[in-house]
Amino acid sequence: MDESISKKPTSGVVGEASYIELYKQHHESIKMHSTEVMNNIRDDAFAQFEHLGFPTVALENYKYTDLKTALTIDYGLNINRIPIPVNPYEVFTCDVPGIHSYLYFVVNDAFYPVNDARNNVLPEGVIIGSLNKVAEQHPELVKQYFGNLSSTKNDGLVAFNGAFAQDGFFMYIPKNVILDKPVQLVNIMRSDVDFMANSHNLIILEEGAKAQLLVCDHTVDDVHFLSNRVTEVFVGENAIYEHYKLENMHVKTTNLATLLINQKASSNVLANVITLHNGLTRNTIEIDLNGENCETLLCGMVIGDKNQQVDNFTSIIHNKPNCNSRELFKYVLDDMSKGAFTGKLYVAKDAQKTAAFQTNKNILLSKTAKMRTKPQLEIYADDVKCSHGATIGQLDEKAKFYMQSRGISEKEARLLLMYAFTSDVIDNIRIEALQDRIKMLVEKRLRGELSKCEGCVICQ
Amino acid sequence: MLEIKDLHANINGKEILKGLSLTVRPGEIHAIMGPNGAGKSTLASVLSGNQAFEVTHGSVSFYGKDLLELSPEDRSREGIFLSFQYPIEIPGVSMVNFMRTAVNEHRKYKNLEPLSATDFLRIMRQKKELVEMDNKLANRSVNEGFSGGEKKRNEIFQMAMLDPRLSILDETDSGLDIDALRIVANGVNKLKTSENASIVITHYQRLLDYIVPDFVHVLYDGRIVKTGGKELALELEDKGYDWIKKEVEEAI
Repeated sequence: MDESISKKPTSGVVGEASYIELYKQHHESIKMHSTEVMNNIRDDAFAQFEHLGFPTVALENYKYTDLKTALTIDYGLNINRIPIPVNPYEVFTCDVPGIHSYLYFVVNDAFYPVNDARNNVLPEGVIIGSLNKVAEQHPELVKQYFGNLSSTKNDGLVAFNGAFAQDGFFMYIPKNVILDKPVQLVNIMRSDVDFMANSHNLIILEEGAKAQLLVCDHTVDDVHFLSNRVTEVFVGENAIYEHYKLENMHVKTTNLATLLINQKASSNVLANVITLHNGLTRNTIEIDLNGENCETLLCGMVIGDKNQQVDNFTSIIHNKPNCNSRELFKYVLDDMSKGAFTGKLYVAKDAQKTAAFQTNKNILLSKTAKMRTKPQLEIYADDVKCSHGATIGQLDEKAKFYMQSRGISEKEARLLLMYAFTSDVIDNIRIEALQDRIKMLVEKRLRGELSKCEGCVICQ
Repeated sequence: MLEIKDLHANINGKEILKGLSLTVRPGEIHAIMGPNGAGKSTLASVLSGNQAFEVTHGSVSFYGKDLLELSPEDRSREGIFLSFQYPIEIPGVSMVNFMRTAVNEHRKYKNLEPLSATDFLRIMRQKKELVEMDNKLANRSVNEGFSGGEKKRNEIFQMAMLDPRLSILDETDSGLDIDALRIVANGVNKLKTSENASIVITHYQRLLDYIVPDFVHVLYDGRIVKTGGKELALELEDKGYDWIKKEVEEAI
């Protein structure tokens, strides 16, 4: 497949310039293999990227996401949409036991055609599929939402995605429809050469709808990967949406994800992003509360070791009164790993009776591990309850000794304490089978065993 | 079973134990009393392997093994149990998980198979009754949100689960009302056999009404300065420690 991938013509030249050149020469092919709705914003997005470039640590919002090294690699892109020789439905057997999900795949940057019988029984009106294809079949529906959130962002990665993404995952849940099972989206990185994937996901829940989405990020091959994904989520009035992300990729992966969520009145959103293993991770998560009485719970945890870097940049914007938001992030960092957390909380002038609480707790297991945490509260209303708290510390020595004095080995005591530390994030998983599985994966990860999902052939 | 000889120990460079010797045989209960700062809790910490204390001189042997060479977990597996004066809260670790891990590590040390979940829960249920422990407590995180009395009961419950050869009760009576004290003491008495022994560290004679000692030792300034029978505790309750301090100073 080496030949089939459209390598950048400026092989050897890396960074912005090579991608700008690539776009200028090949934008016709990019557009030809995509769809009108996506192409409508493409040139504007490119112009914006040309202006912004890739974010650097000189930008306040990217101070702790250093992409310099990752961008020295000459990644291939697949702009001519050559099929990748893998059938995930055959090799991917990691169905979380008992989860009974609707299962979908995005291989690199393309939605993989559905050929799983379990997906034929979706409730009436629900559309799940390739963004590219759905945009052809239901252009009005996609047009109404696509890019509404992403094109307002002044962010180099989002702009780059707008220029290069040609497909992605699409999910539409009509009014008052409740999905009985979680939807599982598995992003698989598969290539024989260093490779980059851009995809754009669009998720729409109409009034009163309910859905749970589990996104699993996996790598198959031992090459350098860079994925840059943008996900837009529109949650209608009284709708309930749960978004879980489980990142389990190898150390040569740079995983950049932007999750933009727009909440209407009385909607309820839970987002829980878990980094079990990766090279460099940047999650930008922005949740806008644009109606009254919204509930938002944003959680995440990171287990880092070796040279891993994880930056969760989060932002919750209270635009309307009477909304509650809670944020909880926990990191366990060992070796030379680096973690960063930003918790931006914005309460607009009219968003009275806002209740917003933010917690970030971190454990450093070695002297060389680093954590940067930054609460960033901007409150313009005068009748609100807001709080934030951040701690960086070590394992509780007294608790460890207490366990040892009961015959528990030091190693096991450390493990129990680390596991306990992360437990309240895991408790915020409302799919029981997934919660059990993640408990097991976290425990294995903390034991230092590579936490591949058991039975998942794809990342072995 | 336990032989402490001329034990000296420091914390942060300050000598607390200054030549303590004590012999404990199976079936015995030893009470250690003494004024504040005499070194009672330090003795408990040193025996259980707390790294904050540095042993500078002396020896401790437990069934012929050099106790000071063993890690805290191995001391526990050899059969030493410390009931903490201030039990530690461990949020996020359930009592069940904590106890099962501990019991199975003890079994592994003795080359026994781990207990099955049903056997473990059955034993746990039996031992809970011993200290009249609320069922709900067993499902919570270790000591988290427990009252002072519940924490102490939980210590004796753990002691019952681990079945130690030597238990050290460090001020187990502190913070207990009279009913809780009776329950805790009952638990300790029920666990007593001719094969095991206890060291009961206390300020007050009160506990010794319930747990009757064979020996009472007075610890003062890092040494045992007086040893007697259970009547010595009553004498101390009556007269305080000043007369002992005086005796010691006159002897110098």
